[in-house]
Amino acid sequence: MTDASLIGAVPPTLETLRISKGRRRREVLVRWTLLLAALVSVVVSALILWSLFREAWTFITGVVWAETWGQSGWFPRRGIYDIPTIVVPTVIVTAIAMVVAGPIGLGAAVYLSEYARAGVRAWVKPVLEILAGIPSVVLGFFALTWIAPNLVGRIGKPALLTVGLGVLGLYAAVAGFFAWSRLKRYRDGSSDSSALIGVVGAAALLAAMGVGYLFWLLSLLGDFAPARAGSLAAAGIGVGLLTIPLVASVSEDAMAAVPEHLREASAGLGARRMATATKVVVPAAISGIVAAFIVATSRAIGETMVVFMAGGAADAARFTDSPFEGGLTMTAAMASLASGTDSVVGEGLTFQSLYFVGLLLFVITLALNVVAARFVDRVREQY
Amino acid sequence: MISRLVDDRARSAIAGSIRSRRVDVRGALFRSLLQSALVLTLLILAVLLVSVFTDSWSQISGRLGDFLSGTLRSRSSDGGLGVHQGIYGSLWIGVIVAVLAFPIGIGAAVYLEEYAPRNRFTSFIEVNIRNLAGVPSVVYGLLGLAILVNGDIFGLDRLTGGRSTLSAGITLAVLVLPIVIITSGEAFRAVPNELREGAYGVGATRWEMIRTQVLPYAAPGILTGTLLSMARAVGEAAPLILVGAVTGRLGDNPALLDLGALADRFTALPIVITSWTQQSGRDVGFAAAAAGAIVVLLVFVLIMNSAAIGLRNRFEKKRG
Repeated sequence: MTDASLIGAVPPTLETLRISKGRRRREVLVRWTLLLAALVSVVVSALILWSLFREAWTFITGVVWAETWGQSGWFPRRGIYDIPTIVVPTVIVTAIAMVVAGPIGLGAAVYLSEYARAGVRAWVKPVLEILAGIPSVVLGFFALTWIAPNLVGRIGKPALLTVGLGVLGLYAAVAGFFAWSRLKRYRDGSSDSSALIGVVGAAALLAAMGVGYLFWLLSLLGDFAPARAGSLAAAGIGVGLLTIPLVASVSEDAMAAVPEHLREASAGLGARRMATATKVVVPAAISGIVAAFIVATSRAIGETMVVFMAGGAADAARFTDSPFEGGLTMTAAMASLASGTDSVVGEGLTFQSLYFVGLLLFVITLALNVVAARFVDRVREQY
Repeated sequence: MISRLVDDRARSAIAGSIRSRRVDVRGALFRSLLQSALVLTLLILAVLLVSVFTDSWSQISGRLGDFLSGTLRSRSSDGGLGVHQGIYGSLWIGVIVAVLAFPIGIGAAVYLEEYAPRNRFTSFIEVNIRNLAGVPSVVYGLLGLAILVNGDIFGLDRLTGGRSTLSAGITLAVLVLPIVIITSGEAFRAVPNELREGAYGVGATRWEMIRTQVLPYAAPGILTGTLLSMARAVGEAAPLILVGAVTGRLGDNPALLDLGALADRFTALPIVITSWTQQSGRDVGFAAAAAGAIVVLLVFVLIMNSAAIGLRNRFEKKRG
């Protein structure tokens, strides 16, 4: 624009600057429409809470807890609701899933983040994403028709139990190591006592769990019948495969957020790649890695189809604490109660029991996700 | 000073350790351990795909046409066995998800990223969405069962026809809504601020700025997110079981474009797979049928997923 054209221009007044009525009305309309869209999610949450609590409350107040607890079976159509019967298999499946997904997912993540060349990363990451996109019904079919006969059936109990014990022992060792280093830092006087109490408490809990696990293991080794049909072990391995990409991607994100200058400093001090990975990158990204494990646990607890198809139980189940038998997890109990019949029928509170289990599941997964989100935020704060 | 500290012995030790070609055994072991984790993952994927394809061969190679047009049967040797009803359900569930979840999800993301003031209410909505994304899918099924099928509130069952394709589609639209919001929000955050400032500079209003600058720039990212969530919705089975998908026999077999059947009883591909897998215990032929249905489902899901991933990688590379 030249000076000459400016001379002829009308100086801007309030009138010319004000936007037309139509444009302004459209602005307001769009803004409110978009706000409504954003509020849909709040309405959805409210409806979830409302529907869960309403029916679950009828169940909690209606059921005779003294009678139904300790019945050692989940037979909702006959009015027998023993909560441990569906909680213990959930714990077993989740533990097996984490035994499978934890080391494999984390190992793949460390390799991709610290070792792999860009070319390898470029084609491996999409493949991992494809694995993440495979529907859970497909894993359920695979768990029943391939994992159950070929892994659980052929490899057999002792080998699987040994691997499981090894990996769980590894987790306990890592936790113990952190507790020990915290304890040392406390003795040096650089940590406060409240953290110490938490750490020692957690370590004691882990030790107690380890001893309990050992005894449970010894009791299982007694009988050697190989599982042919579905079992909690097959379902747990299937769920684990499903959560590998989740563990890998979340922990790889955390390691990618570790600043490059930390790696360079480590290399400058003469550390090899392994030392850089294990002593610098993983400790720096530990919050994100813990978050990955928690999110994967939450996902494994909520996974339905794999357990429903490969868990080896019909719509009712006796109590079991062996991974080599069929059992109902919380999610599978819901799915099997809802499927098959046209409507959920049975003794008075059968329908409400569905919502009670749903509420239990909702609360557990929500708590885990909130904790995981905190860990992720901590990574963001640091870097 | 240095010459005093570093005597001949130290110098030769340092020179030796620099020149020597000792193999780092622990490092190599560690590396191969990590590598085997990755290889194992890829191996599992390969075994899964190969075993499903070989299982499905008798259905896919021999009678693909009949299999695609057939219906749910009670015996696996039945010549009319097929997945047509499942394809109908999954197709329309996909359409309903696209119609409901995409506009609402993208709209919510636009509001949160471009309009919302930074206050406690906004962060409440954001935390709420993050938590919704982590709710197990069966719980969404319970929501659909209460609101859409039983009509506990608003009497919505008269609108949806109870246990129908419509109820299933709406339930899954609600399920993927948080995913759509989160992925589109990320796409909006990646838009450079210069574009926004430029649009304001030439006198655009906020919505004009969003429509002409932000939405076009974020379009590939949004498309990636919507494709991924569509694949998720089409593969999801647990909520459908709660909403009342038919697993045994389904009477009618509507044509693919028959809109009238949307309010009728329904099934979907993942449900067909589940039901046939469970029936394979008493009738082994159903295992092949289930594998065949998986191949059909995987073709859809993998095409959508790889399109989404390819699209994202292309644009990431382009924009650097």
